Amino acid sequence: MRARVNLPARARAGEVITVKTLVAHPMETGYARDVRGDLVPRHIVTEFTCWYGGREVFRAAFQPAIAANPFLEFHLRATVSGRVTCRWRTDRGEETALERTIEVA
Amino acid sequence: MTVLLFLAVVAPVSGPSASGAPVSGADFLNPETRALQDDPFANPGFLWVERGAALWTDGGCARCHALADTRPAAFPRYDETRQAMVNLEGRINRCRDRAGAPSWAYESEPLLALTAFLLNRERGATVAPAADPRAEQFRRAGEAFFQRRRGQLDLSCANCHDQLAGRRLRGERVSQGHTNGFPTYRLLWGTLASTHRMFRWCNEAVRSEPFPAGSPEYVNLEYYLRHRGSGLTVETPAVRR
Repeated sequence: MRARVNLPARARAGEVITVKTLVAHPMETGYARDVRGDLVPRHIVTEFTCWYGGREVFRAAFQPAIAANPFLEFHLRATVSGRVTCRWRTDRGEETALERTIEVA
Repeated sequence: MTVLLFLAVVAPVSGPSASGAPVSGADFLNPETRALQDDPFANPGFLWVERGAALWTDGGCARCHALADTRPAAFPRYDETRQAMVNLEGRINRCRDRAGAPSWAYESEPLLALTAFLLNRERGATVAPAADPRAEQFRRAGEAFFQRRRGQLDLSCANCHDQLAGRRLRGERVSQGHTNGFPTYRLLWGTLASTHRMFRWCNEAVRSEPFPAGSPEYVNLEYYLRHRGSGLTVETPAVRR
């Protein structure tokens, strides 16, 4: 899965920052049929997590009705300098992680 | 419901024939879709642009071609050896043939990614196809295609995109049918799409037999549409409903 994560490179301590994420995924619902009339098996991103400062700070459960290439935006309070890790997992166990660093002054 | 549907067709006509200057498809979008196109992060088309950038360097294009010397917006253009028009997709695949690599099918991820990457580099540039006398017959063929009624609904491209542009067709406004934002991310399909996929979709919508993607008919049409959209700015990757 190709993914994009966007957050400010620097923030003041205590500042609320916006994290934007985008992941390339067809999000097959399992209800669609192909040209031959066969069901296209369900294949979706089921789980998104964001780790920051050594703990999980955000989690989302995705359902089949979420559009292809899911876009997610959420907020974090900047506390310490370090890594922000975003991780997506699909119902087939595939996993993609993307890491950004933030400097908190 | 049907009555409402027909009553909705009241907005003033703003076809290129009416005002002269072409209007980009982006100006016919809902504000939300427009905002998505203009946001360089949220616009899903950039997933392909980034993949294309990686393909350019890792896929071997950079071994022969200097990125600064590529002229992706100049396609389709006349090809001396084939004595026909070749579009950007065709040009990329010819390169792959020479390198002994298998061709990329239309709408395959790498072909969409590479064309999106190259045309995205032209974002903001003016669409200005070069005048080439050798290509003139193909431009005319493309124009004839555009004007010819086809399919069960007996509609030509011009019927909607020239004469009814700006009016409402069910939930959306009919655009002028320009190609300055292609490959474009189509929300309906959840993927990036080439001009030829859009041509096929449009042809099917009037219940006519679509031509194969990459066919000379569509390449000529693509070339004509470049001329028709002269003066617009490149918006690749655009976002459409």
